Amino acid sequence: MSIIILIVAVSILIAGGFLIAFLWGVKDGQFDDNYAPPNRMLFDDTQKIKKIKK
Amino acid sequence: MKNNTLLTVDITTCFHCGEECSNKKIAIAKKYFCCSGCKMVYEILNQNELCAYYDLNKNPGIAQKIKVRADKFEFLEDPTIAQKLISFTDGKQTQITFYLPQMHCSSCLWLLENINKINKGVVSSRVNFTQKEAFIIFDNAQTNLRLVVETLTAIGYEPHISLQDISTNKVNRSSNNRLYKIGIAGFCFANIMMMSFPEYFSIGGYLEKEIGIALRYFIVALSLPVVFYCASEFFVIAWKGLRNKFLNIDLPIALAISITFLRSIYEIVSHTGAGYFDSMSGIVFLMLVGRLVQDKTYRSISFDRDFKSFFPIAVKVLQGERFRAIAVDKIKVNDVIQIHSNELIPVDAILSKGKAEIDYSFVSGESLPVYKDVGEIVYAGGKQLGGMLEMIVVKEVSQSYLTNLWNKDIFKNEKQSDSTIHTLSKYFTIIVLLIGAIAAGYWYSYGATQLMWNALTTILIVACPCALLLSSTFTNGNILRILSKNKFYLRHPDVIEDLSRIDHIVFDKTGTLTQNKKVKVTYEGVELSNEQRSSVVGLLAQSAHPLSRIIHEHLGECNSDEIVSFKTVIGKGIEGWINEQHIKIGSDSFVQNKKTIEGIESEGSSVFIKIDDTVLGVFKIKNSYRYGFTEVIQQLKSKYKLSVLSGDNGDEAAYLQSVLGSETELLFHQQSEEKLEYIEHLQTVKHANVLMLGDGLNDSGALRQSNVGIALTEGTNNFTPASDGILDASQFSNLYQFITFAQFGRKIIISSFVLSIVYNVIGLYFAIQGTLSPLVAAILMPTSSLTIILITYGMSEYGAYKQGLK
Repeated sequence: MSIIILIVAVSILIAGGFLIAFLWGVKDGQFDDNYAPPNRMLFDDTQKIKKIKK
Repeated sequence: MKNNTLLTVDITTCFHCGEECSNKKIAIAKKYFCCSGCKMVYEILNQNELCAYYDLNKNPGIAQKIKVRADKFEFLEDPTIAQKLISFTDGKQTQITFYLPQMHCSSCLWLLENINKINKGVVSSRVNFTQKEAFIIFDNAQTNLRLVVETLTAIGYEPHISLQDISTNKVNRSSNNRLYKIGIAGFCFANIMMMSFPEYFSIGGYLEKEIGIALRYFIVALSLPVVFYCASEFFVIAWKGLRNKFLNIDLPIALAISITFLRSIYEIVSHTGAGYFDSMSGIVFLMLVGRLVQDKTYRSISFDRDFKSFFPIAVKVLQGERFRAIAVDKIKVNDVIQIHSNELIPVDAILSKGKAEIDYSFVSGESLPVYKDVGEIVYAGGKQLGGMLEMIVVKEVSQSYLTNLWNKDIFKNEKQSDSTIHTLSKYFTIIVLLIGAIAAGYWYSYGATQLMWNALTTILIVACPCALLLSSTFTNGNILRILSKNKFYLRHPDVIEDLSRIDHIVFDKTGTLTQNKKVKVTYEGVELSNEQRSSVVGLLAQSAHPLSRIIHEHLGECNSDEIVSFKTVIGKGIEGWINEQHIKIGSDSFVQNKKTIEGIESEGSSVFIKIDDTVLGVFKIKNSYRYGFTEVIQQLKSKYKLSVLSGDNGDEAAYLQSVLGSETELLFHQQSEEKLEYIEHLQTVKHANVLMLGDGLNDSGALRQSNVGIALTEGTNNFTPASDGILDASQFSNLYQFITFAQFGRKIIISSFVLSIVYNVIGLYFAIQGTLSPLVAAILMPTSSLTIILITYGMSEYGAYKQGLK
């Protein structure tokens, strides 16, 4: 029956992984600004328009 | 027909800001601009290959009609000022955060993060869109603070720099603590729950004893962070309340958490049971989520602005031969300062050069500018509309009239109100303690001490008013969310309750009931011929009276013949000879030589025109009232008492009285202090709960004194006085619905409280008998919490729907 203890330990580890991911996200400011990052992602790095001649 | 089509084609909008262009003169390669400012921004962007700005959104720019003075940011070269603005520097690189209220779309985001293409000295730029802030790092060798600010200003994003930035320490706004707590509480709760399952279902002895005990100790370990870290805020707030002799809702909650914890530890150590760790951590988790929902702040809106955030950071002061920018708080008496057009006057001073045309609407509520001549004293807080001025300082910033106004005690006291949930929880706790004592006494009299302790502790566990806290936090949170969707932002959830209790509404007039800077000029009488029109304009041009200016503007520029002679009668009007015609312009009594009939019809100011001996007509100048003004008043009138306090003159008294009804008190020429005293009078003498709506600095005392003070604004980027809430002016017509909705919110809280009592009675039924098993608790807790959350959400959505809110 000690398999139960093992399962419990593994499950806590997995859940702990998610917890750490969440705390990391909070610390990194993922929840501070929910407009800039999704929009920033869409900007093309090489987006350049040639100069329009006068 | 042909003309019509031509007309529609002819409307061109500015390529930069989207505003209508008056002509097609300002253009580059078939792109039209409304003003040279907008064109300039386009040129800068085009030069630096940043025209993707215009591809991301259509007309993303900000109108540049008001030009920024070239040396406006000279003060940033002063190291003492600069030092207070920047967040960090190591001599090589400097970091600074700018507040850019103009930010509004993804184009802004893109451009501001690519600012280094324009100013090569910028190392990096990162935008926080919700806070409308840009965090910029620049290289000291290549650029400086002034140049960075000027670059931002050149592309239309002038950073907002005010006196407040240097006089207050930067507040660390990290509110991540609660998110950490919720994450950890959720993690512990879920795992404790999972580990408790074997216990619940091991009735037939499925579980081996050792494993069962091992799991229990796992659970104890997981509950430690919940009690000592996640729930810490309940203990802290309860303790603070106790010290201030204030029984708040956190106290019974803290009590319940600690008793549950101790009793559960006892059960596990003594091998008598499994404890209530799962219920306890679950409730802590849900209560924290509730508080998060409720305390969601609007980061880009500030409710605590005092006069400092309106004041400029520096002013030009004469030093030797030339004017230099000096920090405002360093100005001394007898300094000579220079004020440019559209700048705020930060100190009380005597005008020494120039013609002052000062807009005091913000300070006093007067809708028309005030004119001052050389030698007159000008009080701080006004905005110069005309040209450049020079002034001699009479009082320093810290002693000026405006600052004194602000230092009154009323601004220093924190408002505190006894809210329903605190009162309810007080009675609730007392009743539960009584039941506990009776039950314990009952068992004690039978000599069953074991059962007595059992009953007493479980009653206290059940007594936790968590359901009450959940219902109020989730209801308030959802109400705040719905209100903010309707552009009505409240500072604190308690305001909802205060709003639901009000019975008297006080309005400011200028800027609150009326639209800012918008007057309606109408003409009644014989139509003026072109010649007459130009004569009138010519005469009006001689007058500095605000009303003449408005009519002058309305009629437009005309070439007029020479004025032979003219005479102004102060407070009455102006008369003169043009083209051998005698023209009189002014008030009824002045023009018609008769006594004024106290205007029954008079809605606003009237200016009569008389040429030779015939009165040709009258110009009527009215404030234009907000959209939906009369409808809102009709709705409010039936349920609340109304008053109007205005710093302006009583020209519109008759009109207002007719709309507001004869019972409404109208007071004009009200100074800031008088407004405050009026509210105080209502509260102490008439025991009224007052809602005040205002918009300017002159209302700030009254806003603070009233039970609920709401600032009206025509754009949340504008600056509003300190208040309990900010209402977007476009939503003024929904005022009645907002108040009714707040009242409905209180009903939701009370009815869900009744529901939670039902659950508590069920719990108590088990607890009194001393048979509240962890399983019963584990079923009761989530069902009661979840039903309450669902009910509060559903009911508040229904309430909003019924009021026609979004």
